[in-house]
Amino acid sequence: MKGVQMMAKMMKEMEHPLYKKSGKIRTGRIGKWITFLSVALTAAITAAILFLVFSKGLATFITNDGSVKDFFTGTAWNPAEVNSFGKPIIGALPFLLGSLAVTGLSALISGPLAIGAAIFMSEIAPRGGKRIMQPVIELLVGIPSVVYGFIGLSAVVPFLRNMFPGSGFGIAAGTIVLSVMILPTVTSLALDAIQSVPRSLREASLALGSTRWQMICKVVLKTAKPGLMMAVIFGMARAFGEALAVQMVIGNASVIPHSLFEPASTVTSILTMGMGYTVMGQVENNALWSLALVLLIMSLIFTITVRVAGKGRVR
Amino acid sequence: MSAKMKDQLATAGLYCIVGIIITILAGLLGFVFVRGIPQLSWQFITSPPQVFKEGGGVGPQLFNSFYLLVLTLMISIPIAIGAGIYLAEYAKDHWTIRCIRVLIEVLSSLPSIVVGLFGFLFFVLYMDWGFSILSGAFTLSVFNLPLLVRVVEQSITNVPKSQREAGWALGFSSWETITTIVLPAALPGIVTGVILASGRVFGEAAALIYTAGMSTPIIDFTNWNPLSATSPLNPFRPAETMAVHIWKINGEGIMPDAAAVSDGAAALLIISILFFNITSRIIGSLLCKKMSAN
Repeated sequence: MKGVQMMAKMMKEMEHPLYKKSGKIRTGRIGKWITFLSVALTAAITAAILFLVFSKGLATFITNDGSVKDFFTGTAWNPAEVNSFGKPIIGALPFLLGSLAVTGLSALISGPLAIGAAIFMSEIAPRGGKRIMQPVIELLVGIPSVVYGFIGLSAVVPFLRNMFPGSGFGIAAGTIVLSVMILPTVTSLALDAIQSVPRSLREASLALGSTRWQMICKVVLKTAKPGLMMAVIFGMARAFGEALAVQMVIGNASVIPHSLFEPASTVTSILTMGMGYTVMGQVENNALWSLALVLLIMSLIFTITVRVAGKGRVR
Repeated sequence: MSAKMKDQLATAGLYCIVGIIITILAGLLGFVFVRGIPQLSWQFITSPPQVFKEGGGVGPQLFNSFYLLVLTLMISIPIAIGAGIYLAEYAKDHWTIRCIRVLIEVLSSLPSIVVGLFGFLFFVLYMDWGFSILSGAFTLSVFNLPLLVRVVEQSITNVPKSQREAGWALGFSSWETITTIVLPAALPGIVTGVILASGRVFGEAAALIYTAGMSTPIIDFTNWNPLSATSPLNPFRPAETMAVHIWKINGEGIMPDAAAVSDGAAALLIISILFFNITSRIIGSLLCKKMSAN
């Protein structure tokens, strides 16, 4: 009898509001799920892009019987035709070389300039540099790439045409446009890297009697090296993936050029030019998707390199 | 050479580098403005482009750019805020979360033309929306998402822990704390980031040429019924934006004043980006003042 009474009492206590699940908890749980779904959606989109580009890009080699060796070493690009072995003519070497050339050269030009500017802004004239250079650089990061292409087309190409033999279109024009385009990005990343070097290191170096330049190149640059590498690689990734600005100034001839002032082409320029003129599912179209796959893999390689380079960064 | 001389030489070299950079940048902006601003007139900004004659404008292109931007933000902001909240507040250091973070980082580093090709395949062909504003807006959202997610996550992480503790101490559930305390406190950072991202979306072209298309049908700016074919709001019509227009007329423009039109359009584009930059600064500091005690 006593036990039954106890039970009844306990049941009553269980109905007390403190024992009830609050509505707030349910809202919170729903909220957590919705936010998780948005994260998952973003990740799923990436996975979908990777899957689609891989499956379309590999079709050239699987369903159209293209040769991987031809793709990377051949110099003739005519996917509609087949060669004497009955395989489509898909030599992409000129585009690959073109892309690598403009990317490498523009990194060589804008890397030192950007690092120099970053040193200036953080070590030589921090106040003036911040007040004048920073807003300008932030503005330039935002300038659309077509505007860079347009300036290249209406200023750089005519200039090169007057100074050097040839039409002005070519690797040189592409390199100049890309160097200017990635300069602000690399500068702001390099500035981050240099500014994250602890102040105490600089003070220690100066206290040992080194000059400002010795302090900069032996202490600051050495410590910031991983970050600076990251900045330059990030710029290269942008340069490699840039499509329209390069396409406007490079001339788009699918041959390996003999000089910097002859028309050339890059992976992205051929993609932009060709995609609209081919029919889905045909060899011509699949070959273009293979180029897109190359672009994707290169961007993955750049991302991984940035991550690896960033490992040794001081934070 | 003594260390002192080296120091002076290096300083001189750095001044040179900065001089070169400032000259390039000033030349760049000067070039666009000096050539472009004389082309700008009310007639240029509002009238439709001409194919064979002189005197065309960029009215529809300007409208398309803004309309695409608005749609893109409407799609990407809610998803980015959700994802940012999860990553900042709930995500633990688990391998699935690390995997997702890597995927988002990969998405942010993909070249925009690859995102455009994905949009072409998925939205234009598979969903069968054709070259349309809708395809363009979804593609641009994909392009915009990783950046926005990072901005939201960063802004939320920057809110001090004491604010959350204050919320819990008042008896708020963690979800209430997030929505009524943390999110408003993070708002200035989020708004600034969104406006800066808008500038990027506004100038994007490579992702749009195969999704929103390279043409604009004749549209009637007095017809605001979104279902009508000639309405500017119709999401299923192709829409060429300003950036795409600049690219196209430089490649294949046959009107006699193609150069003048692209000069004007480039200046207009840069002025818009400047506008986004300045508003983001002003709104950011205003919101910061309003939301915080100082």
